[in-house]
Amino acid sequence: MECIEETRDGVTYVRTDKDLPPVAVIDRTPVSARNKLAFAAVALVGAVAWAVIAFVRGETVNAVWFVVAAVCTYVIGFRFYARFIERTIVRPRDEFATPAEIYENGTDYLPTDRRVLFGHHFAAIAGAGPLVGPVLAIQMGYLPGTIWILLGAVFAGCVQDYLVLAISTRRRGRSLGQMARDELGPIGGTAAIIGVLVIMVILLAVLALVVVNALAESPWGVFSIAMTIPIAIFMGLYLRVFRPGRVSEVSLIGVILLLAAVVAGGWVAGTDWGAEWFTLSKTTLSWCIIIYGLAASVLPVWFLLAPRDYLSTFMKIGTIALLAVGILLARPVMQAPAVSKFAEAGNGPVFAGSLFPFLFITIACGALSGFHSLIASGTTPKLLEKESQMRIIGYGGMLTESFVAIMALITASILDQHLYFAINAPTAATGGTAETAAAYVNSLGLSGPPATAEQITAAAAGVQEGSIVSRTGGAPTLAFGMSQVLSTAFGGPALKAFWYHFAIMFEALFILTTVDAGTRVARFMLSDGLSNLGGPLRRLHDPGWRPGAWGASLIVVGAWGSILLMGVTDPLGGINTLFPLFGIANQLLAAIALTVVTVVVIKKGMLRWAWIPGIPLLWDLVVTLTASWQKIFSGDPKLGYWTQHAQYLNAKEAGKTAFGAAKNPQQLDAVIRNTFIQGSFSVVFASVVIVVVTAAVIVSLRAIRGGGRPLAEEDPVPSKIFGPSKLIATPAEREVQKQWDALATTSRT
Amino acid sequence: MGRLGDHVTHLAHLARRTRWYVASLMGDNHYQRYLEYRRRAHPGEPVISEAEYWRLRHRDAERNPASRCC
Repeated sequence: MECIEETRDGVTYVRTDKDLPPVAVIDRTPVSARNKLAFAAVALVGAVAWAVIAFVRGETVNAVWFVVAAVCTYVIGFRFYARFIERTIVRPRDEFATPAEIYENGTDYLPTDRRVLFGHHFAAIAGAGPLVGPVLAIQMGYLPGTIWILLGAVFAGCVQDYLVLAISTRRRGRSLGQMARDELGPIGGTAAIIGVLVIMVILLAVLALVVVNALAESPWGVFSIAMTIPIAIFMGLYLRVFRPGRVSEVSLIGVILLLAAVVAGGWVAGTDWGAEWFTLSKTTLSWCIIIYGLAASVLPVWFLLAPRDYLSTFMKIGTIALLAVGILLARPVMQAPAVSKFAEAGNGPVFAGSLFPFLFITIACGALSGFHSLIASGTTPKLLEKESQMRIIGYGGMLTESFVAIMALITASILDQHLYFAINAPTAATGGTAETAAAYVNSLGLSGPPATAEQITAAAAGVQEGSIVSRTGGAPTLAFGMSQVLSTAFGGPALKAFWYHFAIMFEALFILTTVDAGTRVARFMLSDGLSNLGGPLRRLHDPGWRPGAWGASLIVVGAWGSILLMGVTDPLGGINTLFPLFGIANQLLAAIALTVVTVVVIKKGMLRWAWIPGIPLLWDLVVTLTASWQKIFSGDPKLGYWTQHAQYLNAKEAGKTAFGAAKNPQQLDAVIRNTFIQGSFSVVFASVVIVVVTAAVIVSLRAIRGGGRPLAEEDPVPSKIFGPSKLIATPAEREVQKQWDALATTSRT
Repeated sequence: MGRLGDHVTHLAHLARRTRWYVASLMGDNHYQRYLEYRRRAHPGEPVISEAEYWRLRHRDAERNPASRCC
């Protein structure tokens, strides 16, 4: 590709066409002294904040220190480490057209302003995971979680997102599965695609389980969530029939209706008929979500999915910003210990296992999320304007997600620890009533004065819930903490119940959007995979073929639905047995993504820099394979699925009708079945990843010896557009932008 | 007066930028962007109506579902 380069005052301007303004600006001017001082100050403040978090003990650590430490760490990570990765591996070339420019069609391929794309990308990657994981991880104290959320993001999560985006962009926006097939060959590729599909099913099931646990026996919550469906349909019709394209307008109306629904929920739950209609058991709720998921995945997009998505985006960004402001205004103090006794002993009630590896498995998305690789490949490259903007979108987007996780961690840490464990321990431990729960949490030896049954009942009454005992899954805890923060910052104790249900609605809203969108994606992957088998199945390739779509949807919903039902009826407590699988699944997907990235880096002859994705990959493999190993082989029945399976099976064969947490023969059978299924999933996940990694090692060794599969990178196409690469454009970039704007004006007239 | 005027201009500018950002993020101006694209890449050729444009977008979303994260 021929380019014309011209350098003035240390800034290089690159043109691909002599009649057009430059398409790339490469700024090599030395960093100013003021700039250096500013970064030194950030580093210093960050170091002080870290020292406070790590060394100050007692109930005096203010949450603001966490915000400061996080922000300073992000600034340094983004300015130095991301820049380093950019220079060594990514090497963006703004004179190359991105997939968005090459295939521009005015609809789905469209070069989009970097700040707008940042919003799109963030809305797509942020979900319930970073909110729920850190809440559960507080069982081990705030320090291990904080360290992993911040350092994990800077060195692993952001690196994965950034590099996947970079390699997909150089491959015309191909998906992770396609790239795995291209780079690793058919066996590794097929294993990766099967892995993604199975992982998706577990993710959907566990997310749905979080919603069920938050809404069960809560008429207020059920009512406000149920109302999101008619509100979304109204929005869909409004856009389709009355005012096409007025998305912000209808979203604003939707949000107002949603707030009205949350307020109305309090009143409805107070009436006799409301309490009767909307108090649903976990099993009933699960069926409702299963039926909803099936319907939503086959209904037209404009009718339900698209408007829900608008609502989710609005609520997600709005509520997260609100929570950040709330924390800074309320400035709460940590109640959780820095490191709890469960961290080492590994016998905590919220999730089983010791700090290594289960803390990393539990936090998952807040530090490293495999799921992001599905967005960073495929979706985001279609909208990317310039390669140099990938650092803001990929690396910066994940930093923002990590910040969401830190806020969730703060929100759970400021709760009274007795209350935290009363909410998060399974019914098998708390006994389900305020009295038994108080006795249980007092037996845990937590710091602070012991809890009384009256306190637990009063806490539930404060948010107008019947009970808060064993409301596992993370969402109720987060909502409880949010109600504390937000009512301190805005509105006082009178609004506590409103904020609690607002938070529940906000979480459930976007979990349901994920369930709905995820079911569609999984259905698509399934149809695609099956159609490759040939024969009559080939027809599945046509997405317009309704029976095919219905059938595939039924299979996908059936798969996650049955795991959901298994989770809600699990005598052992559902979340604490299934959440580790969710975490392992997500982290294994990250391992697949990092493997593909590392192979590409090696194939490009950059063996020297292979450690950048290689070390997070190795760490992630050690964590996930250790966790899988323990889940499969551990002799501790609390940890190992198969040991538990064998124990309950032996009890049954010995003629017992009750054993451990199982109180009757049905529950005994349930445990035997559930542990079998969970154990099998663990085996499948671990095997798939081992196949992918083995394929990768073979391909990499061949590449190092100078042979094997060629790199699947596409030939560059010269770019004919411009966009600044910095979040705030430099003077040189602004100058070039003006030339392009002038050109656009003259060509229009 | 001059300084007050400056503030007003500044605020008006900020409000315009915010509106533009929300509109771009949510989709209000996507049809305008489509029209611009057609004018630039296919001048003189017919364009579809706004309702038709959104129908097309949703049909594409149906055929090529985008994921949302966990």
